[in-house]
Amino acid sequence: MKRPLIAIAGLSVLALVVVILPFTVSNYLLRLTTIAFMYIALASSWNIVGGFTGYPSFATAAFFGIGAYASGILRTTGSLSLPVVWLAGATAATIFSLMVGPAILRLRGHYFAVASLVLAAVLREITNAATVLTGGGMGLNLPTAGVVNVDAQTRVYYVSMLIAAVLTVSLAALIWRSRLGWAMRCIEQNEDAAIVLGINTLATKILGFAVSAGTAGLVGAIYATWIGYIDPTDAFDDLLSVKPIIMAFIGGVGTVLGPVAGAIIFLVLEEFVWRNVLNFHAGILGIIIVALLVFMPGGLGSVGRGIVKLRNYWRASRRGEIRAAAPPAVPS
Amino acid sequence: MLYVQILINGILLGGLYACIAVGFSLVWGVLNVINILHGSFIVLGAYLAFFAYTKLGVHPYLFAPIAAFVLFVLGYAVQLTVINRVLEAPVLVTLTTTFGLALLLDNLMLVAFAANFRKVSLNPPLGIIDLSDWFPSLDLIVPVDRLASMLFALLFVSLLYWLLRHTVVGRAIVAVRMDRYAATLMGVDTVKVFALTFALGAALAGAAGALLSPIFPISPLAGTNYLGKAFVICVLGGLGSVSGALVGGLALGILESFGALFLGPEHSLTLSFTVLIMLLIFRPNGIMGKRGFV
Repeated sequence: MKRPLIAIAGLSVLALVVVILPFTVSNYLLRLTTIAFMYIALASSWNIVGGFTGYPSFATAAFFGIGAYASGILRTTGSLSLPVVWLAGATAATIFSLMVGPAILRLRGHYFAVASLVLAAVLREITNAATVLTGGGMGLNLPTAGVVNVDAQTRVYYVSMLIAAVLTVSLAALIWRSRLGWAMRCIEQNEDAAIVLGINTLATKILGFAVSAGTAGLVGAIYATWIGYIDPTDAFDDLLSVKPIIMAFIGGVGTVLGPVAGAIIFLVLEEFVWRNVLNFHAGILGIIIVALLVFMPGGLGSVGRGIVKLRNYWRASRRGEIRAAAPPAVPS
Repeated sequence: MLYVQILINGILLGGLYACIAVGFSLVWGVLNVINILHGSFIVLGAYLAFFAYTKLGVHPYLFAPIAAFVLFVLGYAVQLTVINRVLEAPVLVTLTTTFGLALLLDNLMLVAFAANFRKVSLNPPLGIIDLSDWFPSLDLIVPVDRLASMLFALLFVSLLYWLLRHTVVGRAIVAVRMDRYAATLMGVDTVKVFALTFALGAALAGAAGALLSPIFPISPLAGTNYLGKAFVICVLGGLGSVSGALVGGLALGILESFGALFLGPEHSLTLSFTVLIMLLIFRPNGIMGKRGFV
């Protein structure tokens, strides 16, 4: 009884802050919060495939980019209203996932990881080559909505990213509680056993992949109209696939609220690094990624174990016997 | 005659591609780790060769073994300090870890060497062999720098083949590739074998980088390009075998050359990745269709 009460209290405080924020703080902080919503949505979106079914998906960048380009192209050619192009972006990404999903979701482990990683690279090259439609490497400039009013614009995108984040997290929670989520967890634990249990694993994975694609596509579409400029290297950036994974790792893979917490922590880390070491921020990001994965593979929940591991590591390295501290190499 | 010329170009490229991929394939096969760092290792090898040539005047082909040695040491250190700690973890963790390392190395190179494209311009240039000088009916040319790079690359690949085939260390690596448990039971020190394998992979990447420095422009951000090629070659030829990397490298070289002719060079990456996804779906064990051990 106690835990739900605390959770409800925490969530209502959070909701209150989210509502009050647009009326009080500076545009910079609002912009940062909007990015936080974007990260929460992307991390939760990845988590539906990568966390629930345990499939090592690196396809987030592909979905994000498709959403961004679908909305960008529609916006420049057809001058449709914002919600319409956002929906179109989400739909385009979903359709794409339904096209490639049945093929690559038959693969497992390393092969699936490589296939999903390659999707974004192929799309990047295709958008680069299709200059007529996408502007190629020059990128695409999107028209702004209505009268240019920085304050109003910032708040519009604050609210829309918030909606995208809430939508994604609710979808994840809904799936988690449903039969679909149960089937996904079965696949995560043992896919062959899940097949024996009578679960249609391929359909389950395709459905999860489609939901993940739709939400990532929606985020991409909103991002494109918000920033007002997209180019292939930006919209299909491999980092867009890796960052959500790191966020989910920080918070806890395969839980509903883990990616949310992880996204916020990651954003704080990233912003701190960005502001202080502009030239070397990617390098620091790399160090953070490696340190996180090596020392706390279970996310925040494993901080204690990570510290013990770190201490053993230092002691061993001081004695000059790094190898002794290394875990025995056991095949997986 | 045009097609024969394109075939020659493809084969010249393919030998170099085999050298790019063989280390990646070895690490993937033995350690079960997709090493995103491989592309950055190749770029680092190319930079070392560039500076060796411009500052010290050491010819890239002579420098290749030195680049291999430097990368061997680096690879050994990286494996022991970082990769070894995540070896047991699932794909997601190992792949993301190497991605983080690649991010770090790329950024280090960007800061150290700046982002402008550079290329080793050999002085004097090696020129071309015009086959019509000897056989008037053959209207074909062979660029000497590409030929030399290919031959040296094949030399390194055969060296690895010999090492895996005829030395105790090599046999241990192959044994671990076949079955980690059984190899451990037979007294193979798997930690050492993993470190050596990763270091060998890095060494081959360094050698490949030095060999391609006179041919391709060098940039700190070119790593992903070579990495993509290594992916495709591995899947084309089959995982973890030297002959597979050779077949895959040649296949990709020829495929890219003809793709550039028919579709235009800007689609070469799309073409090879499309082939990759098709192969992953229909023949995940490569053209040769079997798991190879050397």
